[in-house]
Amino acid sequence: MTDKRERHILITGFGGQGIVMAGDILGRAATLYDHKHATMTQNYGPEARGGACSSQVIISSEEILFPCVEEPEILVCMSQEAYTKNVKSLRPEGTLIWDTDLVRTRKSDMSFKTFHIPATRFAEQLGTKMMANIVMLGFLSAVEPLVHADALKKAVLESVPPATRDNNLRAFTNGREYGQSIIKGTVEQEQAKLQD
Amino acid sequence: MSAKEVKTGIHFINGDEACCEGALAAGCRFFAGYPITPATEVAESMSRRLPEIGGIYIQMEDEIASMAAILGASWGGVKSMTSTSGPGFSLMMENIGLGICTETPCVVCNVQRAGPSTGLPTLVAQGDMMQARWGSHGHYEIIALCPSSPQEMFDFTVRAFNLSEYYRLPVIILADETIGHMTERVVIPPEEEIEIVNRRKPAVSREEYLPYEADADGIAPMANCGDGYRIHVTGLTHDERGYPAMDAKAQEKMVTRLVDKIRNNRDKIITTKNLFLDDAEVVVVSYGISARSSMQAVQDARREGIKAGLIKLDTVWPFPEDLMRGVAAQSKAMIMAEINGGQMVLELERAACGACPVRLVSNYGGAILHPALILGSISKAAKGKL
Amino acid sequence: MITAKTAKNLPPHPMDSLLRTERIPHIWCPGCGIGTVFSAVIHSVKNSGLDPNNIAMVSGIGCTGRMAGYIRLDSFHTTHGRALPFATGLKLAKPDTKIIVVSGDGDLLAIGGNHFIHAARRNMDLTVICVNNLNYGMTGGQQGPSTPLGAKTTTTVNGSPEEPFNFCYLAAACGATYVARWTAMQVRSLRSSISEALDKRGFSFVEVITPCPSSFGRRNRMGTALEMLKFYHGRSVIRSDIDPRDASMDIDREIVVGKFVDIERPTFMDHYEKVNRLNSPQWRAMHPDQKAR
Repeated sequence: MTDKRERHILITGFGGQGIVMAGDILGRAATLYDHKHATMTQNYGPEARGGACSSQVIISSEEILFPCVEEPEILVCMSQEAYTKNVKSLRPEGTLIWDTDLVRTRKSDMSFKTFHIPATRFAEQLGTKMMANIVMLGFLSAVEPLVHADALKKAVLESVPPATRDNNLRAFTNGREYGQSIIKGTVEQEQAKLQD
Repeated sequence: MSAKEVKTGIHFINGDEACCEGALAAGCRFFAGYPITPATEVAESMSRRLPEIGGIYIQMEDEIASMAAILGASWGGVKSMTSTSGPGFSLMMENIGLGICTETPCVVCNVQRAGPSTGLPTLVAQGDMMQARWGSHGHYEIIALCPSSPQEMFDFTVRAFNLSEYYRLPVIILADETIGHMTERVVIPPEEEIEIVNRRKPAVSREEYLPYEADADGIAPMANCGDGYRIHVTGLTHDERGYPAMDAKAQEKMVTRLVDKIRNNRDKIITTKNLFLDDAEVVVVSYGISARSSMQAVQDARREGIKAGLIKLDTVWPFPEDLMRGVAAQSKAMIMAEINGGQMVLELERAACGACPVRLVSNYGGAILHPALILGSISKAAKGKL
Repeated sequence: MITAKTAKNLPPHPMDSLLRTERIPHIWCPGCGIGTVFSAVIHSVKNSGLDPNNIAMVSGIGCTGRMAGYIRLDSFHTTHGRALPFATGLKLAKPDTKIIVVSGDGDLLAIGGNHFIHAARRNMDLTVICVNNLNYGMTGGQQGPSTPLGAKTTTTVNGSPEEPFNFCYLAAACGATYVARWTAMQVRSLRSSISEALDKRGFSFVEVITPCPSSFGRRNRMGTALEMLKFYHGRSVIRSDIDPRDASMDIDREIVVGKFVDIERPTFMDHYEKVNRLNSPQWRAMHPDQKAR
């Protein structure tokens, strides 16, 4: 039932990581700057911080009807809990992306296309781990180009507080460049942390 | 940059925010409400937007007070609204009745969640359909609109205000959690392209004016507080002067008008979006978020060679029974898809009146209907299995 | 007795311009104290110098609620207990309108109690007149939030087992800027208090202890309406400017009357303007002399 023209992305983590904001930026970039259709929905528990959290984004050239992402083709995991809960839903040919430091994956996951980045560490190096979501978006724009990087950049800039724009742009660029160099093979990905 | 009353342009916002922008575009300048999931974002948006364009936002002590306050503001000549979800909607029922009886224009947005009681505060349902129709005591007619996207949250909120101003009653937006929280493209047209309806003013002097004497179309011109007409407004059964009239004859006259002003204008009020009705053998009827699942299912059915069609109810109340009766007479079966134990399906059954079988696809809330579920029902119906 | 027929032949009354004379006779019982309060309100409105087109009356349900139907002002007879939130909306939509809320004890402080404390807390610019007849009159005399401990009503035939509210103390505690209490016999003081309350910016509150001879008086063997008036008056002690906490409201011992609160406090709109408007770029552009907080 899921249409081929539709791209289904699931971004997961815990509350406070900017998971919903990341989904919003992705949808915003697709809608406002790439002139596509996008639907962003979110799942959250009653807690404002710390609970499991996810945002579902569908991007399509046509009107989107059913808004749920049931079997994502791209799964972004920014916490162990989110990974454990959602990895089962990833399509066999899908792409698994995670934060190197926050998630231990399994050997069997290597059947997916896999990419990982120490997004939170990168963000901390820029001064605040609050920007891990933006680092991840930059990385995503390199390894799975869903929307144009410029569109995504514009959407980042209009979504963050004006005083933090430069820093967020750096976060985005760092994530994107890391992704590009992995794709080109100029940088080896760090060793992924594997589960026992 | 100065704040805009109408944020013309293309936006990526959620349904609750779109509702707020629709209200402001329609001329709403007063909001009274109480926080409740999943309608809180309507109030939050209002609290930011209204002060910057000269309006008033007030958080009341409860939903009873919120509903009372928007009625008061409306009589003060200001377009007003509130937003809520199930538990708050229950509390509003009493003063929705006051709004009906006193013919007060205003808008109530109910972003539905699963009940009964506190139920599932963060999860979707469409269980307040009958409450919207019959929830306040006594007999009356109501207008309720069901948006299926953030864009429709904007469009229908504008229309809700226009209908409330024209027909002089609280108009209900029956949204749902998924639509309220879903973020999508919302196009806000230039201000001059948005049709705005304002309440009809009295054309006669204070001595001649009868506040509840209707024009030929059943609508009475409305004097606001302070216009010099020294009106009396009461929730008691009243005569044309607005004065209490305590007998069966006055009751018959007043309620007849309250009912007829909606019933006799239903062709102007009701809108639906119809898909593949020309040759449809199995017709799905749905609204709100369920209409999107239904449209997906109907398109999937067509791909499988089944002649399926869809009627999406933009207005759920008044119910388009004439349309349903006509479609039922030409269909193999009709299916109502909704997130409740079967509420609007009762209306559909009534309208179909045995002309074709009517089937329900539903759950009790907490998750939206899966298109596959509806498709399954369409396939069965197409094969004559019911 | 005045009937609809004989009323037509009466000479004009000085208050006629503020009365919906076509609605007289009214529904109140002979001897009811509401008439006294109604007349005091009309007197104060007339003497206020305000344009009657800029004054509105809002009421809830009950005997007192019917006042709104007899006064020739924009008048709103709303639902039981909800006069204050309705008036709040009206006031915020039309900030220049003077709004008088009239309400019985049950309407204002049982079913409407939550609205009362919050309207006072916000310091809504409303003048609230409470006709306290110690029971629910319209429904035949049931126990209410002001019914004295031990008093008989149709729902407390052995005497009320509940302690009543002290409305003035409650109003003061919630932040009312003007609080006064009189018995229906003290008409001149009542009029001047209502006039002061009308002049006051903010949540002003006047409580009037009135006889309900048909219900409360009859069940508690208090005699005629006049005897009840005299009884309440006899129990009253004028003690203005005392702590509202000490303004005892006890018909068996002492009914402390007088003006208990008369203070200045920013209203809801004062704060709203400061907090929101001063922070709005548009508003600041229009008022360059004002600074944001």
